[in-house]
Amino acid sequence: MALPAAILIAWEVVTAAGWVSSASLPSPRTVAAAWWDWIFGPRQALAWYSGTWGLYVLMSLERVAAGFAIASVTGISLGVLIGWYSAVEDLCDGMINFMRAVPMTAWVPFAVFIFGIHESAAIFLIAFGSFFPIVVNVAAGARQTPRILIRAARMLGTPPRRLLVRVVLPAALPAIFTGLRVGLGLAWVLVIVAEMLAVQGGLGYALWSAYQFSRLDLILAAIASVGGLGLASDRLISLLAQRVLRWQKGSTGQ
Amino acid sequence: MNSEQPFIAFRNVHKSFRDAREGRIVRAIEDISLEIDRGEFVTVIGPSGCGKTTLLNILAGFEQPSDGRVLLEGQPIAGPGADRGVVFQEYALFPWLTLRQNVEYGPRERGLPASLIAELTERTLATMRLAGAENRYPHELSGGMRQRAALARVLVNDPKILLMDEPFAALDAQTRGRLQQELARLWIETRKTVFFVTHSVEEAVLLADRVLAMKTLPGRLKADVRITLPRPRDPTSPSFNDHRRALENLLAEEIAAEVATVGSV
Repeated sequence: MALPAAILIAWEVVTAAGWVSSASLPSPRTVAAAWWDWIFGPRQALAWYSGTWGLYVLMSLERVAAGFAIASVTGISLGVLIGWYSAVEDLCDGMINFMRAVPMTAWVPFAVFIFGIHESAAIFLIAFGSFFPIVVNVAAGARQTPRILIRAARMLGTPPRRLLVRVVLPAALPAIFTGLRVGLGLAWVLVIVAEMLAVQGGLGYALWSAYQFSRLDLILAAIASVGGLGLASDRLISLLAQRVLRWQKGSTGQ
Repeated sequence: MNSEQPFIAFRNVHKSFRDAREGRIVRAIEDISLEIDRGEFVTVIGPSGCGKTTLLNILAGFEQPSDGRVLLEGQPIAGPGADRGVVFQEYALFPWLTLRQNVEYGPRERGLPASLIAELTERTLATMRLAGAENRYPHELSGGMRQRAALARVLVNDPKILLMDEPFAALDAQTRGRLQQELARLWIETRKTVFFVTHSVEEAVLLADRVLAMKTLPGRLKADVRITLPRPRDPTSPSFNDHRRALENLLAEEIAAEVATVGSV
């Protein structure tokens, strides 16, 4: 925590000393006050941001959760199939690599065109974008299932059709969690993009509005909010990974 | 069942691979015919590349012979099954399962009732002296315990035959000695058929009723030696040494021949 504190102090000193004008860089206290209003201020028709923070956080969280859930289920299922069945890999590999090469932001006009300014546009973008790191990591993990574990399962009585669930899926778990972490990070990027361009409400929407009203203090408060939420969700998934992967060599909790 | 029918029979078994790098055909084993009786402890020795592991893999059902047939109780081996338990040199325990869950795995996969699974697991853990470590994950166990767990995992299925692929080669000498003794004791108690691949002549003589010595390139059967020494066997006794020396000489010829071939190329 030393580095953030140092930055905060330096920032306060720079603005308090008047080395930069408060119009080009608001002081930390100004940002904190605006943030406070944004969270606790009264909801009024004219104060466009006052008191909306909780609602916007909830909206962004819901979109991330919905999009990420879709991406996780489809990404893990398809990834395991790609890693295990070379026929599925041959079928999907080229397509996935092509789609992955397209920056996700390029899909925004497409999504708005298809879904309109609507929740589904945001959820589509998030699900679609975070799907790729998940599917690619899971496929790599499933592909590397040690052959000897497959043989061990077979000679203990596991029929071939059950190998996927009994061996390939658990063996891919570390890679699955790597994919989920990357995917979740991307989901936060995409929720902000979607809210700036394709839907109303949410932290990205607040960020864009603050820009349009030239409110740098609120821009910074919105950035800090997104950062905090992204960090918290990443911690959550790491905790889950630690619990699920406690069988791994070198994992914590031994 | 016909009493004349051998328990296990290899009938003119061949196996060739295509070498992926050089693109040529490698004859791993050539024209192997042999029979194994129920309850026999058979060890297979030979220089690396003699096809002894291929023989085991074919018995396990992991590989199919290119030609010839392998019969278990008169039936051709179609694939892997719980009636043939394999113990690998690398243990191959499921790292995401605890020791107990690894042992329970087979009975669960075979759909046994929960009470029976619990009973079989308890008994096997006790036999293999693993009680107390049941809830540890494989990476938390010593090499010796891992291999005992791997053995427990197949014994709980009560297989018709145990297939062991250099199971003690990765262990330190002391642990190896202890596990050899335990396996010898277990075999005397259960009289299970064992097919045991090793590169150690001492291990082969210590454990086996019968030693199959193989020669390399292509892998063929060179000798089939009965060991009738009384059990438990004493590796320091003169008769043990006679057996060991005889086998070592047999293998030394083989290795000398191999060196000569390589030298002439």
